[in-house]
Amino acid sequence: MTQRHSNLDALENNSVFILREAHHAFRNMAMPWSMGKDSNVLLWLSLKAFFGKVPYPLLHIDTTYEFPEMLEFREWAIKQYGINVIVKVNTEARARGIGYETHDPVTVTHELKTVALKQAIAQHKWDALITGIRRDEDPTRAKERYFSPRDADSEWHYKHQPPQFWAQFAIKNAPGEHVRVQPLLDWTEVDIWRYIQREQIPIPQLYFARGGKRYRSLGCRPITHPVSSNATTIEVIIAELEATRSSERAGRAQDHYEPHAMQKLRAKGFM
Amino acid sequence: MKIVFVGHVDHGKSTLIGRVLEETGSLPEGKIEALRAACKAEDRQFEYAFVLDALAEEQQQNVTIDTTQIHFRTAKRSYTIIDAPGHEEFLKNMITGAASADAAVMVIAADEGAREQSRRHGKLLSLLGIRKVIVAVNKMDLVNYSESAFRRIRAEYGAFLEQLGINARSFVPVSARTGANVAKNTEPAMRWFHGPTVLHAIDEFEPPETVAHQPLRFPVQDVYRMENRRVLAGRIESGTLRVGDQLLFSPHHKTARVATIERWPASSEESASAGESIGITLRDHIFIERGHVASHEADAPIESNRVHAHVFWIGTEPLRVGERYRLKLVTQNVECEVVSVGNVIDAATLDAEPAGHAELRANEVGEVTLQTRAPLVLDNHERVPALGRFVLADANNLLGGGVISGALYTASNAVKSDNIFWSESEITAERRARRNQHRGAVIWLTGLSGAGKSTIARALEKELFQLSMHTYVLDGDNLRHGLNANLGFAPDDRAENIRRVSEVAKLMADAGIVVITSFISPYRNDRARARAIALQSGAEFVEIFVEAPLAVCEQRDPKGLYQKARAGKLKGLTGIDAPYEAPEDPEILVRTHEQTAAESVDQILSQLLPRLRLSGS
Repeated sequence: MTQRHSNLDALENNSVFILREAHHAFRNMAMPWSMGKDSNVLLWLSLKAFFGKVPYPLLHIDTTYEFPEMLEFREWAIKQYGINVIVKVNTEARARGIGYETHDPVTVTHELKTVALKQAIAQHKWDALITGIRRDEDPTRAKERYFSPRDADSEWHYKHQPPQFWAQFAIKNAPGEHVRVQPLLDWTEVDIWRYIQREQIPIPQLYFARGGKRYRSLGCRPITHPVSSNATTIEVIIAELEATRSSERAGRAQDHYEPHAMQKLRAKGFM
Repeated sequence: MKIVFVGHVDHGKSTLIGRVLEETGSLPEGKIEALRAACKAEDRQFEYAFVLDALAEEQQQNVTIDTTQIHFRTAKRSYTIIDAPGHEEFLKNMITGAASADAAVMVIAADEGAREQSRRHGKLLSLLGIRKVIVAVNKMDLVNYSESAFRRIRAEYGAFLEQLGINARSFVPVSARTGANVAKNTEPAMRWFHGPTVLHAIDEFEPPETVAHQPLRFPVQDVYRMENRRVLAGRIESGTLRVGDQLLFSPHHKTARVATIERWPASSEESASAGESIGITLRDHIFIERGHVASHEADAPIESNRVHAHVFWIGTEPLRVGERYRLKLVTQNVECEVVSVGNVIDAATLDAEPAGHAELRANEVGEVTLQTRAPLVLDNHERVPALGRFVLADANNLLGGGVISGALYTASNAVKSDNIFWSESEITAERRARRNQHRGAVIWLTGLSGAGKSTIARALEKELFQLSMHTYVLDGDNLRHGLNANLGFAPDDRAENIRRVSEVAKLMADAGIVVITSFISPYRNDRARARAIALQSGAEFVEIFVEAPLAVCEQRDPKGLYQKARAGKLKGLTGIDAPYEAPEDPEILVRTHEQTAAESVDQILSQLLPRLRLSGS
């Protein structure tokens, strides 16, 4: 067994362990699922953890600005894996005319993603959400924990985090609070790709280059820009990533709209 | 792999880390150049320690940089350095962080040698169970790269670590300032050294995953019902399991064979080992739930309800004797009560607290004895790390961690026939306890002949009976007339005698009775086994040391045994020509030469009755 594989095995085993701990600890848990590569790794790990039958619902926050390819993928996956997918749209904000045509990306992202998520949490009274965030994605994610409590407003108090060690997690669950379960924290972008390659996990075709461009990260259509790339296979994507120093989310406009935009979005409950 | 750097203040931890980051290309591009330029502008000499200071400063200005987790990578693998030294809360973070450290680098300055903190940090590593340690003898440039100075420190500090049970993998003479022996032996004056450099020595630590050859420990995380099968899900913490293996599930000592190993997508692999998150199904139908630990019978873990550990505390409220906490050990979660606290060390100053300190405040480390409300499956940390450490918690937060050492392993008796199946009664111990209004228990009296065991046992039985409790005395002499009539007093026979008594007591306790046993039971190992056996029924086990000096017992001599032994007519009498191993830590101690039998019984009742009450009442 190569060193590379044993590293992926360690990541996989730990993530599966965390998913099972979460399933045991929380009665009413859901997994937001964007159909992106990390989301699909998380779905794959859930299938592993529970032997092919995911015991919690998946939540797709539909901003109404989705790539058609992503929606096709969603319908395919529902049939393929027998998963229960809840689709949530912030219809109230759309009715008020919130949209990329008229508003800035931070406002739209907040309304159509963060507010939509809060609405779904309130409606379904989830006590925990499984998210696919990774420490290497953005500097504000470096201090995250596997189990991260959020207050009733989904706010994150990063300075007062309970310590976690020896695979024991503090599980605080006051009414109205929920816990973010983050099994991919230790994974890097390259790990995700190597794992997709090794396990042959189906992902949307938008990640692969067409006409010299590909999407490295996927969000809303109007504000997600492809990067220059000729990578039509995972092997080439990995080779490209190992050669680059630019950030994964560089193509996501809402992160860069103003200084510290990501920090502000996250403190308000963005994942 | 996670590494912690420790050592006396000013011995060069920060400089060494700065060098390691530089040599492994782990710093952001241009960082060193920018710092060199800044130093030049301020007319200061550049030092590698500034690298960490600069990172820490950025952290203060911006929450986005976390100096508590610095990463570097060698050609072999990637590492995380836990916490930046020099940090105000270094030791606190080291304790919570180092709890998860796999290895440590101890830095000692060649010109000063091992100092107070070098020794205390060494002690802390030992308490936290970190055994993979290398020692960097730093500042070799200040002693002219003298081989004898290096050898002297290696001999002295190596011997010190050995006392603590730490065998340093290597001692490396380095100069973090010049970079000599950090990545390469670049210093001509140190050609006498042929060992590994710091980075090589770190790369030589065996990875934490190589525990496949250790005893099997498979803690059950959950049981999933899939169609008509029950899949036991969990992560193998150590060892290897195979299809067909006979597994022992602790506590409760049930056995069953592995039918299948479950994975998704399905795999034909017939074995699984340490680190793997898998599922298994069993050939035999036995009741298993989260918290059970599967092992192989020949190499089983310890079952106990009394735990001795080095505990470090991070809770705001101190840990106090008599307080109750949740004790979580892998997937086990039981209530426990603090019995005693001793040998407290303040982790911030590393000062020893005065003796008689009966609490553990935040950032202190001490020796703690805990009594659990239900049996706990554990190992000594040096044997199986994952089963040898636990956390203490309240409903919301982790409050501290403990590392177990010195617990006794006892042989578990294998069931000899393959045709014995477990019968599961629907009347559980819990239901019996609810009807009886008290829990079943084994009250184990131990002490010399003549110490007063039988007198106390009878008086205790009477008191409990009058409290409407179900109780019964198992007496040594009475059992030897029947069940144990074929046993003599040779060591093997004594051990078998105690084993049979333990099994009978277990069955009675399982039936809901408070069983009082009255046997000399001189061997510590036999009593530890009696405890493990009793705990299999989910009953309480309470060891009571009935103490009286030999001279007093001999003077009482109610059965005339001492007189016979002294006259040479009786061989192997405990205390005369056979040893008595006194309990080191009994739940209850009564001294019958200092108090009357009635006083002893009162004392026992006051300590015993709370344990026999039902949970929540």
